[in-house]
Amino acid sequence: MTFAAAALPEKRRLAAEEMVMRAAILAFVAFLLLAIAFPLATLLAKSFQDGEGRFVSLANYARYFTTPALVGSLWNSTWVAVLSTVLVVPLAFVYAYALTRTRMPGKPAFMALALLPLFAPSLLSAISLIYIFGNQGFLKGWLMGATIYGPIGIVMAQALYCFPHALMILVTALSLADGRLYEAAAAMGTSRWRVFRTVTLPSVRYGLISAAFVVFTLVITDFGIAKVIGGQFNVLATDAYKQMIGQQNFEMGAVVGMVLLLPAVIAFALDRHIQRRQVALLSSRAVPLITKPNALKDASLAAYCLVVGGVITAVLAVSVWGSFVAYWPYNLALSLRNYDFAAFEPNGIGPYFASLKMAVLAAVLGTMIVFCGAYLIEKGQGFRIGRAVAHLLAMLPVAVPGLVLGLGYAFFINARSNPLGALYGTIPLLAINTIAHFYTTAHVTAVTALKQIDNEFESVSASLKVPFYRTFMRVTVPICMPAILDIAVYMFVNALTTVSAVIFIYGAANKLASISVVHMDEAGATAAAAAMATLIVLTALAIKVLHIVLDRLVFGKLQAWRRR
Amino acid sequence: MLKLSESEHRVALDAGSAAHVRAVRITKRFGAFTAIDAVSLEVEAGKLVCILGPSGCGKTTLLRVIAGLENQDAGSIEIGGRDVSYLPPAQRDFGIVFQSYALFPNLTVGENIGYGLVNRRMARREIARRVGELLDLVGLPDQSAKYPAQLSGGQQQRVALARALACSPSLLLLDEPLSALDARVRVRLRDEVKALQRRLGLTTIMVTHDQEEALAVADRIVVMNHGRVEQTGSPSEIYGRPGSRFVADFVGAMNMLDATVAGRGLVHVGALTLRCSGLGTRAEGQRVKLGLRPEEVRIRGLERCAANAILVGVELLDFLGPFCRARLRPKAAPELVLLSDFSANAMRDLSIREGQTLTIALPPDLLRVFDEPEEAGP
Repeated sequence: MTFAAAALPEKRRLAAEEMVMRAAILAFVAFLLLAIAFPLATLLAKSFQDGEGRFVSLANYARYFTTPALVGSLWNSTWVAVLSTVLVVPLAFVYAYALTRTRMPGKPAFMALALLPLFAPSLLSAISLIYIFGNQGFLKGWLMGATIYGPIGIVMAQALYCFPHALMILVTALSLADGRLYEAAAAMGTSRWRVFRTVTLPSVRYGLISAAFVVFTLVITDFGIAKVIGGQFNVLATDAYKQMIGQQNFEMGAVVGMVLLLPAVIAFALDRHIQRRQVALLSSRAVPLITKPNALKDASLAAYCLVVGGVITAVLAVSVWGSFVAYWPYNLALSLRNYDFAAFEPNGIGPYFASLKMAVLAAVLGTMIVFCGAYLIEKGQGFRIGRAVAHLLAMLPVAVPGLVLGLGYAFFINARSNPLGALYGTIPLLAINTIAHFYTTAHVTAVTALKQIDNEFESVSASLKVPFYRTFMRVTVPICMPAILDIAVYMFVNALTTVSAVIFIYGAANKLASISVVHMDEAGATAAAAAMATLIVLTALAIKVLHIVLDRLVFGKLQAWRRR
Repeated sequence: MLKLSESEHRVALDAGSAAHVRAVRITKRFGAFTAIDAVSLEVEAGKLVCILGPSGCGKTTLLRVIAGLENQDAGSIEIGGRDVSYLPPAQRDFGIVFQSYALFPNLTVGENIGYGLVNRRMARREIARRVGELLDLVGLPDQSAKYPAQLSGGQQQRVALARALACSPSLLLLDEPLSALDARVRVRLRDEVKALQRRLGLTTIMVTHDQEEALAVADRIVVMNHGRVEQTGSPSEIYGRPGSRFVADFVGAMNMLDATVAGRGLVHVGALTLRCSGLGTRAEGQRVKLGLRPEEVRIRGLERCAANAILVGVELLDFLGPFCRARLRPKAAPELVLLSDFSANAMRDLSIREGQTLTIALPPDLLRVFDEPEEAGP
């Protein structure tokens, strides 16, 4: 080797492991382009074409904005999203406040109750509301003549569905408190209300804004709830579905998709802009806030949590109960009749297993791609531009509604020239679509974990002549195991519950459970739909419980090195 | 056991030429910022060279370029007579220790030290033997099964050192290895590092911003500032004859007095006229700076430089343990401030108090002369 070195050309020659690194980065960028960028580009192109694929400039958009029914949906979507946001964020804030700033008992249980909706398809809350307030609902009278099928139902169901998303953000924001500020305020004899206004609120301002944007985006882009409980009330998401599936009007579907992308992108951009202005409120010298017990405050907030968490649980439980009832509302005897899916669904129980397969694939493949990709972006060498592009693409999906991504996939994969067309309707394609749909959150989790690792590990292993991939397997992966598990569970649960992206690209033989729920509900088999949704929830919860158990028992032992 | 590792290193060195590391006109830019500007550096085999400078002076970048962790934009690097300018780090033959230790937290101390050996297809027993030897070498026997988190900072840095030495590299690179440690541990460990380096005769480059550390351990010091080398020399040269005002300021404390050349061997400092032997051929009227270290201000044996004896008032005394640092104002030129270190002995013998008047002397041969920058603005 010494002699070879002497004859080296003036340019730096790449070592074998550097070639491996560069090849991996290239492969990763190619994956992101195929899975994220190209489908969205195809959608964009499609919205400028007519039925024969000719470029028609803005004609489709002009038609969209001159069709009153379609523009009406835009307005409907917007005000429903605003109303849901205004409703959910304060409710979630008080709940988060109770979880973080009181000494009330049972906090983990209250947290768990509120997070339940995360493990169900969004439309489960809508099905529950139909059981409760629908034509045959047992509390129909409470609506005083109004119908649940429409904006009222949508807003209520969205509130349930979005609550945990807002809650998680607000809990994070509220748990970062500098105890010194509160001590200083107390030392000056400040009233509790004034402390709340001048210390607490400003410190969570950005969390509140972020939560509002997240809820707004979730509502405006969600498909399942509007489909199930929207009735004649049209919103953007159902429009896209109708144009694509009902009328086979693909160009108009593409336009609706682009219109749907707009509010989500604006919300995302505004959120980003505001977050950037946020200075680190919490310096490293901050002292954690220790909340003192306060009987009245603790009791009243515990009561509040009991009511809100109870309502969330009860509403979701209604569907589970309904799925076990023989014939709602006439014969309330318990029965497994609704779980005999062959009677309601051409594929029988098939969709459930298709979903399981897809979720496992998405979890395994997705975790590998996300974590290796984040590693290449964070710790990789060379191809600076490639890595920057990859990071941008990885951050993009969070601003792309599932429905839009699904439309993009449908157009992209069906394009006549695409050799990947053979994948259409297969489980691998559904899994890749799901990975792309939920990419950003998983990516951020991986990057956060990787950022906590000393940057010099790669340098040290280079000096010891150990190739980077060995250190990756022997050191980086074990250290990041908790984050890797989080990503896998996140992918698995979302793959089970997602509806919006996959509804445009599933194949008849590979119908997923969540889509089967939509179809059975569409066909009037609400109880069977509830039964299938119940299976999904139970599976997702089982995986989460398994995750917790694994984390506590197995990894507790494997991660002995974390203890001092 | 220890003998073996020492001899291994010795053999490697005997083959090399006098300069084991030779970096020639290295330039490294980050965008528009030039981190190192045509810096050259030679390290004699078996010597410890310190690269000393303030943060952002380019010292760490230079080390990383030598290691191959950064690619230089221009210049060449030789290690052990071999041109490694364009080789990846793994082919350059060095061990490195970082300020952050960079120990793998999920591996035991033994596994950390043996990390590079495993890759060399050494037998397991051979590796265990070598790890034990290295642990003895850094004074941590019997710690092999512990995880890094169970060790103190000083112990972790010893493990990092052992890991860097494991593959018997011909060059050891230390990137601020002691900066994360407590003051007391830092001093002890730096002495150990030096002793170890001497014993192994291992060519070593250490980067530090701590001038005291550099003076204590280095055979040679390279002072860097703004991506350039300010001065290279032995510790006593750097301290005793700083080549520039920057070095004088950065290494140790130095009184800086504005002065004007008043004739052959004479300068005006305010209203004072002093003898000064280092003026060379500077013309009368030229503005210069005079540098004098606080401990060089004379308070006894004044007769030896009676010409530069002046009357001063003791304005302030800072008690610093073994000595006192005094703020003095010359009676004839009260606008001047002189810092002066008086030993505890002198303090007692002369019973120096604040507010007192003293006679001191500024030795003419110790007044270092620095030229004023040309463009001295208003």
